[in-house]
Amino acid sequence: MTASGAGPTLVLVLAVAVLVGCGVILLLERSLTRILLGVILLGNGVNLLILLGGRSGGAPIVGTGAVDQMSDPLPQAMVLTAIVITFGFTAFLLAVAYRSWYLTGDDEVPDDLEDRQIIRRAVRNEESAVDHGGEGPNGDPEQVDPEPARRRLRRGEEA
Amino acid sequence: MLVLLVLHLVAALAAPLFVRWWGPRACYPLALAPAAAFCWALARTPAVSDGGAVVETYPWIGQLGLDIALRLTTLSWLMTLLIGGIGALVLVYSARYFHAGSVGLAQFAGVLVAFAGAMLVLVLADDLLLLYVGWELTTIFSYLLIGHSTERRSSRWAAAQALTVTTLGGLSMLVGFIMLGEHAGTYRWSEIAAQPLPGGGYLVGAVLLILAGALSKSAILPFSSWLPVAMAAPTPVSAYLHAAAMVKAGVYLVGLLAPALATVGPWRPVVQVAGVATMLVGGWAALRQTDLKLLLAYGTVSQLGLLIAVTGSGTPDAALAGAAMLLAHALFKAALFLVVGIIDHGTGTRDLRELSGLRNWSRPLFVVAVLAAASMAGVPPLVGFVSKEAVFGAFTDQPVLLTGLVAGTVLTVAYSARFLWGAFADRSGVEPVQSGPIAASLLVPPAVLAGVGLLAGPAASVLDELLRPYADLLGGVDAHLALWSGPTPALGLSVLALVGGGLLFAVRGPLAPVLARLRSPVSGNQGYEWVVGRFDRAAIEVTGATQRGSLPQYLGIILVTLVLVPGAAMISAGPWRARIPLWDSLLQPVVVLVITVAAVLAVGARRRLTAMLLVGMTGYGTAMLFVLHGAPDLALTQFLVETATIAVFVLVLRRLPQRFSARPMRRTRWVRRAIGVAVGVVAAGLALTAAGARRAPDISAAFPDLAVVEGYGRNVVNVTLVDIRAWDTMGELAVLVVAATGVASLIFERSRTGPRPRRPESGQRSDEPGRPVWLRGGPTLYEERRSIVLEVVIRLIFHTVVLFSLFLLLSGHNAPGGGFAGGLVAGLALVVRYLAGGRYELTEAAPIGAGAILGAGLAMAVGSGVVALLVGGSVLESAKVDRVLPLVGDVHLVTSLFFDIGVYLVVIGLVLDILRSLGAEVDRHIEATGTATGGLAVDKGDRA
Repeated sequence: MTASGAGPTLVLVLAVAVLVGCGVILLLERSLTRILLGVILLGNGVNLLILLGGRSGGAPIVGTGAVDQMSDPLPQAMVLTAIVITFGFTAFLLAVAYRSWYLTGDDEVPDDLEDRQIIRRAVRNEESAVDHGGEGPNGDPEQVDPEPARRRLRRGEEA
Repeated sequence: MLVLLVLHLVAALAAPLFVRWWGPRACYPLALAPAAAFCWALARTPAVSDGGAVVETYPWIGQLGLDIALRLTTLSWLMTLLIGGIGALVLVYSARYFHAGSVGLAQFAGVLVAFAGAMLVLVLADDLLLLYVGWELTTIFSYLLIGHSTERRSSRWAAAQALTVTTLGGLSMLVGFIMLGEHAGTYRWSEIAAQPLPGGGYLVGAVLLILAGALSKSAILPFSSWLPVAMAAPTPVSAYLHAAAMVKAGVYLVGLLAPALATVGPWRPVVQVAGVATMLVGGWAALRQTDLKLLLAYGTVSQLGLLIAVTGSGTPDAALAGAAMLLAHALFKAALFLVVGIIDHGTGTRDLRELSGLRNWSRPLFVVAVLAAASMAGVPPLVGFVSKEAVFGAFTDQPVLLTGLVAGTVLTVAYSARFLWGAFADRSGVEPVQSGPIAASLLVPPAVLAGVGLLAGPAASVLDELLRPYADLLGGVDAHLALWSGPTPALGLSVLALVGGGLLFAVRGPLAPVLARLRSPVSGNQGYEWVVGRFDRAAIEVTGATQRGSLPQYLGIILVTLVLVPGAAMISAGPWRARIPLWDSLLQPVVVLVITVAAVLAVGARRRLTAMLLVGMTGYGTAMLFVLHGAPDLALTQFLVETATIAVFVLVLRRLPQRFSARPMRRTRWVRRAIGVAVGVVAAGLALTAAGARRAPDISAAFPDLAVVEGYGRNVVNVTLVDIRAWDTMGELAVLVVAATGVASLIFERSRTGPRPRRPESGQRSDEPGRPVWLRGGPTLYEERRSIVLEVVIRLIFHTVVLFSLFLLLSGHNAPGGGFAGGLVAGLALVVRYLAGGRYELTEAAPIGAGAILGAGLAMAVGSGVVALLVGGSVLESAKVDRVLPLVGDVHLVTSLFFDIGVYLVVIGLVLDILRSLGAEVDRHIEATGTATGGLAVDKGDRA
């Protein structure tokens, strides 16, 4: 443990770059397991990045060395929290992956069905399901339908 | 006044209960609320009639300067009388209009009373923001009332249209109010009106925005389409909202603001052109209708146009005429709607082609209808005649406008006649209506309204005195409300209008084809439908173009943004460090090399297990870097978490396929790699620039002292977690509890709080009696899954490990360790216990629910913070207790230990919940399906 003082070293910056880069590549996959591994890699990289914001040095325990030779405790506290949160998040994503496998047979993230439906509507130049005025096929004779829109009548004739 | 509002609120809330007790008759007691408003306003007549005002102010939202400022002046007095009086009558009417057991009656009664209260807020408010609150409340309640028949499509459509149109108007009005209020520095209208107005485009903008709100609320062109459609509402609603109350809100607002704003550039042209155009178009459309209610609806649109044009003109005479017209219209139009409701109720139809012989059915009904319709047509001596005379008199100097008003009145006379003819004429070929007598509760309300209209005509001079203070706001009033003011031009015009209207009605046969053809090419309803349809299409196109539904795509866009925006900012402005050392120690590059190789291999790995192990290797490597950096706590936690992560991964991977599926994403592989490299480079850049970008001194420089003096601990990181930045940790605990709960709820198909899996009794020692049992859950496993060595080792070390975790917990304040590390160690002890002995062994090891541990931990952490508050410190403040205990010796207890115990428990609870879910419950799934794909512990407990 060398206490050489302030700032990151080049190899640590390289480690951040590699971890974040590989994490992002995995994150952009479709398999939930890969996404999760990407999250873990990304998490390690970012934790390292946060830690590099503070100086390195001796363990931040009063009494073990000179106070001004200590490493910065604040990013350490933040990263410690982050590590444990990542663990909770990992477990949660794993449960999601398992659930996905349980229901569909794989852990791929499919395209959002609603979004796909909207894209189809856009391609067909449709409107979303509108609650139109007037009466449906089982119209209520008591009901006022003021000035039934002609467009709708024509549509009814075509149908 | 506040009492009145509270009374309405209470009545509205009590309405469902009343309806349950008494059915439709509950409307009688509910009518007392608006009746009280009516009586109250009546009692205030002396205070208001001499031009004074009744003011009440209650503080409400101090920060916004928003008080409940209520102010009763002549105009609001008139509106309160109408809202209260007609509201009470409509509720009385509703008591017989609805049948016992009508669907939604409870909601209807409550909402109607609430609506009356909201209208009172609107008309009594002096503060413009409070007025807006009442305004939007009426919009929402009218939505609920119009959509009363939720099962009908047209009802829903009508309600949504009314809501959309009036809310849009209301929002623009709010902007206008804010512009006025911000300029004046107050939102009290009484104060704004007394101040000099802002000038130029600012004021013009505010006025136009406010007018948009008023015109949309009162169904004036181009916003008039919603009112006829809103006739889908039950008739009492139409009589109240669409004749007397809500649609009058726009007129009221115009009348309220006109004394101050009528001189502003666009005000008069807008209200007069829109008003007269609406009057003509609405009157013409009314002549075409065969549904009596629709006829009245278009008539109302027409009359509202007249009201807006008159009250908005901003001359004293017009103001007096407008106030009188407001009263007259509410009286006759509400009465007519109620008459239509009676006809509909009695005959089952409102179509004038199917009605015949109604005169003989009920003479009183006929008389009431004739009185009201005559008032609408302006026949002397009814109040309608008085007010219409005043209107003509007020505009004798504006020939163009006057011509429009007279033409509109001709139409009014014609459709009034058409209404009477339609409802009460005898038609050949149509069976005369035979129906039972009309209940008094139905007939009395319209009769009262028509009767008041009859009395108010001869009493015009009283009316004149009562309404004059409002007109006085605009200057000296020349005109007088009178039944007979001599042979004036106005009288001639009244006669002209009556004769012209009569003629128009007489030629209805030849006119019919013209009426049918001469209509606007697009009805308002169609126009609204078109606009909404265009919006819908545009929204779909935009959503379809931007929301492709692909997670990688979304993430890619976010990451590319990260590269471009902060990356570009970094390159252009970042203070780059001039010199950077290669490494601190020789071990550093070695570890980084291992991490790099493992990470790159993990990206390419095809097997899940391989990829996971490689990622785990980067985790251990990161822990090594933590050690080298001088962060022992971090390194300890990272090692433990990495181990726990691998264990949890294995639990799930045993179920998933060994290899990743064939990749459909090969085409975009290089894109993804490019994004990854770019983000990695940006992250490296951040690491280089962030460290050099520090301007302020390091706050953590003070942490070591703080830790010792205030936190009573030497491990600065731990004291930071449990004391200096304990709020962060508290938030994190909450996140962990949520994550644990999420895991459990994703896996458990049943409640996880049920009985935990118990070791089946038959499995115990049944196989080989006499052989020592190391773990009691062991025998429940398949023989080939068991490892006696593992069982023995676990049996020997489990308690030691748990003790060690407690040591870490207790010593963490002064040495590496703490709640997180201790909890993880204890959790790992549970993990190995489960791995060796299966799910029954887990219950043996931890015979308590994970939820209980999580809850206890969170309660402990929160409790330790609250206790500090109770004994007089700040939340989560630490104290030190030194005691000498017999036999033990000196004890130094820091209270933040209890917080750390909370952390410890939450972490154990998290691990236990994961084991119960991804371990034990998944075991059960495997048993249920009989398809174990992984090689891990599969127990045979339930089969034995």
